[in-house]
Amino acid sequence: MTFSDEVDGQIVAIETDADVVRVRQAVRALAAQAGMSLVDQTKLITAASELARNTLIHGKGGAAHLELTRNESRAGVRVVFADTGPGIADLTLAFEEGWTSGTGLGLGLPGSRRLVDAFEVDTEVGRGTRITIVKWGR
Amino acid sequence: MERIPIYQIGNVLLVSIQIDLQDSDVIALQDSLSERIASSSAQGVVIDISALEIVDSFVGRMLSTIAGVSRVLNARTVVVGMRPAVAITLVELGLSLPGVETALNVERGMAMVTGSTAAATASDTAADANDDVL
Repeated sequence: MTFSDEVDGQIVAIETDADVVRVRQAVRALAAQAGMSLVDQTKLITAASELARNTLIHGKGGAAHLELTRNESRAGVRVVFADTGPGIADLTLAFEEGWTSGTGLGLGLPGSRRLVDAFEVDTEVGRGTRITIVKWGR
Repeated sequence: MERIPIYQIGNVLLVSIQIDLQDSDVIALQDSLSERIASSSAQGVVIDISALEIVDSFVGRMLSTIAGVSRVLNARTVVVGMRPAVAITLVELGLSLPGVETALNVERGMAMVTGSTAAATASDTAADANDDVL
């Protein structure tokens, strides 16, 4: 998938605290459009909040690419969090419950993975990290 | 910059979070609330999160920290009004809010921190009575 293919894609820069709030609001709007239940909307927005903060703090800033997506039967929301930061050296460790590289609780990656339907990490040390999440509506 | 007001009602500090918090707001609230607990000798803190659409790990950690700080300062913190969807998400996220007491609404939270169950019953009755009048 390349972003140039996206028709109704949306990009939110993540450079400050306030941008994390903007990502949440943009994700909320799309989740409602996808017809998600309140609980599913809440899960997706929470996961997006965790990952946007990761992009800001660990990735040293980046962007969220949001789009509505669709399979045979359902609409959903796909969000890609991309940064050009230091990358994740040890993915297994990063997904370990309670492990943290900084001051957080170590819930960001494993916790947000549980809140969505699909979760994909593409990372390279020195190049950056790209995390793609998808959550489907009803 | 104080974006979230802290009200004092008797010996209780009441905070009602009405805006989508950015992380710096969360830290500011944590700091100012800790200072107020100490300076006011409050015996209880009630934090109303009924307007919050999500509680992520950052806000969750703030709630746990405030509960811990208030305990050390001899006050009791109760978080009230958590939406069901938020509660479900918190559990799935893996956040158990250690040390945080919760209550259904502000009235019950106030009753908990003032140690009066009679007040909770009375306020519920009063609310019912008001409903009848309205």
